[in-house]
Amino acid sequence: MTKFPISLWVGLLMTILFVMAAAVSFFWTPYDVRELDIASRFIAPSFSHLFGTDHFGRDIFSMIMVGARNAIGVSLLAVGIGIMIGVPLGLWAAATRTYGGGFIDEILMRTNDLIFAFPSLLMAILITAVFGPSAINAIIAIGIFNIPVFARISRGAALSLSSKEYIMAARVSGKGMVRISYEHILPNILNLLIVQATIQFSIAIIAEASLSYVGLGSQPPDPSLGRMLNEAQTMIFFAPWLVYFPGGAIISMVVGLNLMGDGLRDLLDPKTNKAKEEDVVA
Amino acid sequence: MGAYLFKRTLSLIITLIVASIVIFIMIEVVPGDPAAFMMGLSDNTEAANAVRTELGLDASAWQRYFTWIFGMTSGDFGISYTYRIPVSELIGQRLLVSVPLTLYSLILSTMIAIPVGIIAASRRGSFVDTVLMGLAQVGVAVPNFWFAIILVLFFSTSLGWFSAGGFLGWDAGFFQGLKALTLPAISLALPQAAILSRIMRSSILDVMDEDYIRTARAKGLSKNQALIDHGLRNAMIPVLTILGLQFSFLLAGGIIIESIFSLPGLGRLVFQSIAQRDLIVVKSIVTLLVFAVVMITFFVDMCYALVDPRLREGAQK
Repeated sequence: MTKFPISLWVGLLMTILFVMAAAVSFFWTPYDVRELDIASRFIAPSFSHLFGTDHFGRDIFSMIMVGARNAIGVSLLAVGIGIMIGVPLGLWAAATRTYGGGFIDEILMRTNDLIFAFPSLLMAILITAVFGPSAINAIIAIGIFNIPVFARISRGAALSLSSKEYIMAARVSGKGMVRISYEHILPNILNLLIVQATIQFSIAIIAEASLSYVGLGSQPPDPSLGRMLNEAQTMIFFAPWLVYFPGGAIISMVVGLNLMGDGLRDLLDPKTNKAKEEDVVA
Repeated sequence: MGAYLFKRTLSLIITLIVASIVIFIMIEVVPGDPAAFMMGLSDNTEAANAVRTELGLDASAWQRYFTWIFGMTSGDFGISYTYRIPVSELIGQRLLVSVPLTLYSLILSTMIAIPVGIIAASRRGSFVDTVLMGLAQVGVAVPNFWFAIILVLFFSTSLGWFSAGGFLGWDAGFFQGLKALTLPAISLALPQAAILSRIMRSSILDVMDEDYIRTARAKGLSKNQALIDHGLRNAMIPVLTILGLQFSFLLAGGIIIESIFSLPGLGRLVFQSIAQRDLIVVKSIVTLLVFAVVMITFFVDMCYALVDPRLREGAQK
């Protein structure tokens, strides 16, 4: 096992590429994605339009840049919700168990199991349908299912730390459970959380694409990778590039993030090889 | 075992009750007035009032909750507002498509994943391992709806081997039906197979480090013999857990795939019902799926507890 795993390099490179494309799209894209130019529709990939144009003559390369930006934005915020709520809940649950009782721990963990029992994609579709399709509702819908993932992982890690000497020492010295959680436990489980966040990020990208594919993500005229695929579906017979490129963009983003997650895990903590694969399913 | 069974059953019942309350609140209380919601954007108070009376929505939330729960326990899920037939009948018809589709894709993914996992693990670090796990890495990343579109492009449009969608029902012949489900099953199976093969591989690698494998090797078994005789059975445990979870995931995960291939399954029904705001159908299907997940998890836990006494004790702590 090398010091810096190759998968980390490749994953990092792919991820940076997309993040940069997304960042650049804020102030520059090769073509304006909101401008319709029917005269130049269905142009196959060429030097003027690297990835071709769609049925409105919009440049696919530019749309993918903006679409990637939306996907990254939605996923970042959704995973952020999961971390901001899930981690404190998990630490709290672990702390109540350490400090005797464990009643709150029991309730929190049963709630966790309950959320896991709900089919996530279906619930996300339901939430966005009830509250109206928009990027914000997509973020909330995906974010909710990230909460139990982070709660469970931080609880588990915190519990395994709670018997360590330095935690005991902190308790003896009179630090309260909140301070111990934030000053001693959190920094020590950060590795685990970073790895998990990378993986959840990649799952969120696919979830965002699925939601926008069924028309429940960010709304037109904002381009989204999922909706591009949906629109392309009927035109696939004569303009297959409309399907190849947005799909390729989603896949490379997810592969990049997963490679990065794998690499980070090998680098940061080589022991826990299984944590990731179990959570991919959720 | 008795105490564990009792404790686990109790928690199962509580989970189901809480789940039903959550579903009820989410679908009937959160959207505000369900009747107005079902009428959609048209501002028709008269129609909304008629729906309200017809569905008994003028009763209090508690009354409606209990009517719903007691109805369900006697098999009465209510009557679909858009289809005008009992929801149980509607769901029953759709399950005839969704359950075979789920099983089909589960079988496909297992048939791919287990050999791939075994081959990759037994040649850890080799070129073959790298290629297979690289493919799995891509497989995990492929959105199944995108893969479905690509499959249609190649196998329906270019090659003409399969139809691009539709399902004539099992009456048209078993193989006819199976053929119609093939492309959807493949598109569902691919990402699952990728996940499963990675789990299979890492599970085998874990098992191969165990003492009993070393003992078997010391007895003179070759690495492969030790794997087949002693390793595989143990390595299958985590794989089976994931398979159990994947079954329920696939049952609901067909939402988009069933729509792409216009299959009259559960996923498409729930999606249409959400679009048509047929809350009664949505509520029943969500309940059914959650129920399925909770029950599968319960049975998997029970099977483990039967096989492995350590798990029973661990759970009692």
